[in-house]
Amino acid sequence: MREIDVRKISNAVRDLAIEVNIHLSEGFVERLRKALAQEKSELGRELLQRIIDNARAAREKMLPACQDTGTAVILVEIGQDVHPTGGNLIDAINDGVTRGWREGLLRASILGDPLTRMNTGDNAPAVVHTFIVPGDKLRLSFMAKGSGCENMSRLKMLKPSDGEEGILKFIEETVVEANGRPCPPVTLGVGIGGDFELAALLAKKALFRNPIGARHPEKHIAQLEEKILDRVNATGIGPLGMGGTVTALAVHVETAPVHISSLPVAVNIDCHAHRHRSLSL
Amino acid sequence: MTVRTIRLTTPLKDADLKGLKIGDRVLLSGEVYTARDAGHKRLVKLIREGAPLPFNPKGAVIYYTGPTPAREGQIIGSCGPTTSSRMDAYMEDIVSAGIKATIGKGGRSAEVREIQKKYGAVYFSAVGGTGAILSENVTKVELVAWEDLGTEALRRLTVKDFPVIVANDLAGGDIFLEARAQWSKKI
Repeated sequence: MREIDVRKISNAVRDLAIEVNIHLSEGFVERLRKALAQEKSELGRELLQRIIDNARAAREKMLPACQDTGTAVILVEIGQDVHPTGGNLIDAINDGVTRGWREGLLRASILGDPLTRMNTGDNAPAVVHTFIVPGDKLRLSFMAKGSGCENMSRLKMLKPSDGEEGILKFIEETVVEANGRPCPPVTLGVGIGGDFELAALLAKKALFRNPIGARHPEKHIAQLEEKILDRVNATGIGPLGMGGTVTALAVHVETAPVHISSLPVAVNIDCHAHRHRSLSL
Repeated sequence: MTVRTIRLTTPLKDADLKGLKIGDRVLLSGEVYTARDAGHKRLVKLIREGAPLPFNPKGAVIYYTGPTPAREGQIIGSCGPTTSSRMDAYMEDIVSAGIKATIGKGGRSAEVREIQKKYGAVYFSAVGGTGAILSENVTKVELVAWEDLGTEALRRLTVKDFPVIVANDLAGGDIFLEARAQWSKKI
């Protein structure tokens, strides 16, 4: 059994929270530059250039790239030979979020109750998903998930007879309905299969794929990713919804085994800031 | 398409908005008031009660933003626009009180376009997700009301050449609908 002090985990969460919000990763900015070269609309290029300039301004001024510093979404893959010590794992993660938000001057955007709607003041609690995996490592994946794009995400229980065309149609409709609201060019995380909640979780996990735009190792899924990307980029929505040829930067699909009568499809939309990082302890 | 850039100063007058067309770039100077979901709920309650507002709404501009805290030595944190359509339900009350423009991101409902036409108001889009660079156009921040709302409090921002794009004009035009119609044909 390998012991990991939860303070180490807490500190890692704090650092990730600040890092992802202020420093958009170089690989991602590179993808934005590629989009700038691909975009055919003049206004679209102007907007993409502004987005790239903003990423630099954020780094230089030590400011969050976007004022919506997001919900802290954290995937924790815990090796079954790991024993967290010195406290409660989830409390330690939330403590890291609180310190990251305070020290990084990030925006407190979380309400303690969706009905009474009082701000918790420190962006805690995070949305945490834990997975038990083989080994003695603990892997943290952190995403600052903006709400403008989260709000445009959708899930539908398709019929098996809807098939691939049904999947493509549902995703296209979701993106068209969202239009400029989720701050395109977007990244799409798509979860297909499993059941109601697993499809949504797969869609969120798909957004964490690194590097952005990497194809799924299975050929038929990789081909579907290409088809979705082409379909979405043919909508004409473009950067910020003001028209153009680059509506999505990438589409990542994850799948799971499914019941004979089901075809759940979840589309989780991420904005052009796409802020996430992972590390292993 | 030639791009027009127009400089406007608040409070906005009817004549300022008359010639604006969707796609025009506007550099806005003067004062704008920040309000988003929770702030609108309170504003609309006051308007419906006929109570005085914490600021003069005549010709005023509302900016849908919830900024991040300012770093020491800086005026404001990151302060880009939030999604406007969440405030669609409040629009008739807001513009009937005299507000002449709102700033946000993303398209709005057909109903909002009709309301804006009726009351002579326009909708500007700032570039979503560029709050760090937009902070450079804010020269002063004052808390006006509702500090308890945190980032959602009502603040007066003094802005200089704040860059926006006309997204809905007085004729009911919509940049998002037009752009998509144009580009989906080309692809």
